[in-house]
Parts: sequence; C-alpha cells; structure tokens
Amino acid sequence: MSTSQKNEGLGTYFIVYFCILAIAGLQIVVAYQNIDGSQMFLRMLSLAIIQAGLAIMFFMHMKTEKRSLFFTLIPITVFVLLMMNMIWSDSFRISGGAPFAKYLGQ
Amino acid sequence: MSQANLAVGAHAPAGVMEESPFSIPSRKLVMWLFILSDAVTFGAVLYGYGYLRNSTSNWPHPFEFSSVINALIMTVILVTSSLTMLLGIRAAKLGDKSKAIMWSFVTVAGGILFAGLHLREWFGLIHEGMTLTQNPWGSGIFGATFFCITGLHLTHVVGGVIAITVVTLGYKRGRYNEGHLEIWGLYWHFVDLVWMFVVPFVYLLNAKH
Repeated sequence: MSTSQKNEGLGTYFIVYFCILAIAGLQIVVAYQNIDGSQMFLRMLSLAIIQAGLAIMFFMHMKTEKRSLFFTLIPITVFVLLMMNMIWSDSFRISGGAPFAKYLGQ
Repeated sequence: MSQANLAVGAHAPAGVMEESPFSIPSRKLVMWLFILSDAVTFGAVLYGYGYLRNSTSNWPHPFEFSSVINALIMTVILVTSSLTMLLGIRAAKLGDKSKAIMWSFVTVAGGILFAGLHLREWFGLIHEGMTLTQNPWGSGIFGATFFCITGLHLTHVVGGVIAITVVTLGYKRGRYNEGHLEIWGLYWHFVDLVWMFVVPFVYLLNAKH
C-alpha cells in the first residue's frame, strides 16, 4: 500500500460513499421535475459524471496513483466516448422524417 | 541498458530488467486497460440506446415510482458492496486476513442480492408482456435496449461475484495475495460506476410521470 493510500482513511471512503448515494437520490428528484427532455438529460449526465469521478478518484484510487497513469488512461477514454457523439445528427434526422419522408410522400 | 544488465536480464526473472510501468504491478495495469476497453463498450451500447431512443417516436415510459425505488435500492446495494470491497482490501493490506475474507464475502453477498433484485425486476417486466421485440407501452425496441444494457451489466456483476469468490478463496488458502484482491476490487468499482450511468439513462429518463 502506498503511503498516500494508507493516509486515505476510512473517513474518506464513507464521505465519498454518502456523496455518491446523495447524488443518486438527487437524480430521482431531477427525474420528477417538470423540465424538457434535453435539460433533464444534461442534468442526469452531469450528476452521473460527478458520481463516476468520485468513484474513479477515491474508490479506484486514481487520486493516489501516479499522474502519468491518469493522463494515459482517462483522456483517451473520454476522447473515444466523445467521438461517438457524431451519431446524434442522424438519430434526429430519422425522428424528423427527412429526407426519406419526402420520398415516401411523393 | 548496458550489455551487463542485458546479460543479467537474460537469466533473471521477469521484472528485474525494468521498473513496472506507472509504478503499479503489470496485472493492475492490465485490469485498468480492460476497464478502459469495457468503458468504451458500455459507452457504445449506451450511445446506441440513445440513438434508438431519439429516432423512435413512441418511446415508452414504463417505470412506475416503485421501479425507480427498486433501482435506488439496487444502487445502494451495489455502492455499499463497493465500500465493503474497499474495507476488505484495506484489511488485507494491513495483514488482517480474516477481516479481509469477511468483507470480500460481504461484497459477494451484495452482488448476489443485486443480481437477485435485478432478475426479479426482469421477470416482472416479462410477466407484464415485455420481450426483446414488443411491449404493451410503446416501441418494441425498448425491450431490446433494456435487456441488452441491463443484461450486459448483470453479466459483469455475475462475473465479478464469481471472480471475487475465487480470488477470496485463493487468498484464504494463500494462493493469492492482497494485490489480487485489489485488482478485482478495481473491477468491482467499475461495475458500480457503469450502474451510475445505467440508472439515470435507462430507468429515470423512462420513468412514468
């Protein structure tokens, strides 16, 4: 066990544990708010990212590992996930019915 | 590297020649790389779900408040099992073998309980008429995406339960050490992390208002 991991006491684990559960509860509150879908999605995503960040940094001890491990693993994963966003325009095109709907209408 | 070092290295056990990368054991790095690839897999599945959800007009919102509470209970169980895994690894690193084994098995029990609740929910939905291709509430694609995402996660939970059981029993017999427990702890926290995205996107965004 590294020195920093030894110093990361039980108290930290419990604080992170309760924070993650509190955010899970907050997500349920958000789910029953009268807001539009995209706003709800953004709020859910933000809260989930905070939860995941806490789990990675404290439960998975990324905070106490060498910085180089973090910079090797995390940015490339985030980059790949962000690149998948290219699909959205196509999904909205289908729900909007264009351009195929035009052909069907003729 | 000098020729002398190379000469020694040729007859030395693996790991003598150079430092482990990032100052962590190689097997831990391998688990991190697996987690990275698995995160992308789950990401792709969730993106696929988002694509289908966006492009489907009659997407159902079948989850009653009771289902949402059930998902919250499952979250509490899974996050608690992550905490007990941490306690087990901590005890193992401090040399308290019996506590390490106890907390690891508590983690396994949490995983089994989670899987049980999940299967109960699945059977409830199947009983209500949901299959991979149809359901009483709207687009039939919903069933396929729901069972695919939660099924992939459930497979990871079951795999984790089996792996942690095997490693804990091996640790008890002296075959494995605290490092092995820590590596499967990493995996278990990742399973927990994925659930943090599954609940809001698959359950809460599809809650009945």
